[in-house]
Amino acid sequence: MRPVSFVGEALLDMSEQAGQLAFMVRSAAVWGLRSRIEWRQVLIQMVRIGVESLPVTGMTMFFTGMVLALQTGASSKHFFNEPLFVGTVVSFSIVMELGPVMTSLVVSGRAGAAIAAELGTMKVTDQIDALYTLGTDPIRYLVIPRVLAFVLTLPVLTVFSDFIGVFGGWVVAKYKLGIPTSVYWSDIFNNMEIRHFVHGFTKSFVFATVIAFICCFKGVTTTGGAEGVGKSTTAAVVISMASVLIMDYFVTAILVALGIT
Amino acid sequence: MIDASGVKKSYGKRPILRGIDLLVEDGETLAIIGGSGCGKSTFLKSVIGLVRPDEGAITVDGMDITRLRKEADIAAYRRRFGYLFQEAALFDSLSVWENVTFGLRYLTDIPAGRYREIARDKLALVGLKDIEDFKPSELSGGMKKRVALARAIAAEPSYILYDEPTTGLDPIMSDVINDLILDLQGKLKVTSIVVTHDMRSAYKIASRMAMFHEGKVLAVAHPEVIKISNNPYVRQFVDGLSHGPIKMKLKEYEPEAAETQKGEA
Repeated sequence: MRPVSFVGEALLDMSEQAGQLAFMVRSAAVWGLRSRIEWRQVLIQMVRIGVESLPVTGMTMFFTGMVLALQTGASSKHFFNEPLFVGTVVSFSIVMELGPVMTSLVVSGRAGAAIAAELGTMKVTDQIDALYTLGTDPIRYLVIPRVLAFVLTLPVLTVFSDFIGVFGGWVVAKYKLGIPTSVYWSDIFNNMEIRHFVHGFTKSFVFATVIAFICCFKGVTTTGGAEGVGKSTTAAVVISMASVLIMDYFVTAILVALGIT
Repeated sequence: MIDASGVKKSYGKRPILRGIDLLVEDGETLAIIGGSGCGKSTFLKSVIGLVRPDEGAITVDGMDITRLRKEADIAAYRRRFGYLFQEAALFDSLSVWENVTFGLRYLTDIPAGRYREIARDKLALVGLKDIEDFKPSELSGGMKKRVALARAIAAEPSYILYDEPTTGLDPIMSDVINDLILDLQGKLKVTSIVVTHDMRSAYKIASRMAMFHEGKVLAVAHPEVIKISNNPYVRQFVDGLSHGPIKMKLKEYEPEAAETQKGEA
């Protein structure tokens, strides 16, 4: 295939998928406003997305906090001969940036992949068509509960991650760098304000919406049997992770412009 | 009554249905037979609105599904149908009784407190007992088909569409399913379309048979007439011969040849 036509076809395919995704978002908004929410399904998904992601998210953020503290301590020792502002750097980095981003990446790899694989399998085994014949709609029964579960759960997971990350930083600060506990925590509380927390919390809402819609979309548009399920699951994870990182810049830019920083 | 006229459907440049004209009378069981890829399942999905035809009309009790656009209208149209999928399409995450009564929440006003009792009754109709709390993964292929059949009849539809009801089952279980279809036909007085390439099943359950070939209706007749048809396409299919006018993708499609043979049944 010639390179020009290859690029052209890829762009057309991307545009088509973006259009279909936009239609799905619109349908979800219409169904969400018009029909009864499947709260039982929302709760089931909240457990899968939230509760079952706690261990891996906690472990990731604990070590992230430890590494941040170690790096900050080592760098400030290099320049100032003593570890300074370790609590401040760790807390600001985690609460405003790494907490929402790392949590989103971990959850999209775990719960997002599971959603894409589950919906993809339902699609290739006619279960999605069965929903239509039984009087409901995959947007109403499958997509809206998952999106709501993501939006309600990811911010809570992010707050949990923030605490674990800051705690990981304290462990290194106290036992490795020899910083007294009171100094570490006063570094945090003297500098951190509620708006910094709002900054990270807002991001987690945006990331949750993006991940949920992408993973549901890739799931319900799966074709091609077992191989297709594998491909759509991989695509869901890769696209949602890349989207989180790209959206992070734009959301940060908007929040900075609004003075929430 | 289901009245399809001039139904055409293509996927990309590949035509699947090339103009289907078919009338299904109230109370009859029409078996649609034909080789793989002849458009049987696509037509069945068009009847219930899972596939939107490019051209033509499918009218059921005065409602043309091809003209319905509002989701509420489409839902009202689908309310008349029960659909049995080829691979059963049971919801893996739900138990058997939840699967059977799934549609009742959306299609009827029956209070949720009665669902279990209804599930038990419908499962009894298809010859199953004490499996309400099982998950689909714990059932055999034949049991899955029967649970799917119970689900299809749970909301008491006027029409039942069967997509390959005996595919993947052993001959005995296939006959059990055939008996069930006949039994339900007698008890529920529904109108049915059965898509199949299992000739034994088609002869047993059909009141009329329609043969599809290359997206067109090649012949419509009583099973006894199909049995003795001289049409070489019908003959080849019902006798299950690899040699004959049906090329089964070995050669390119020959529309003229198909046209000349049409109507000879």
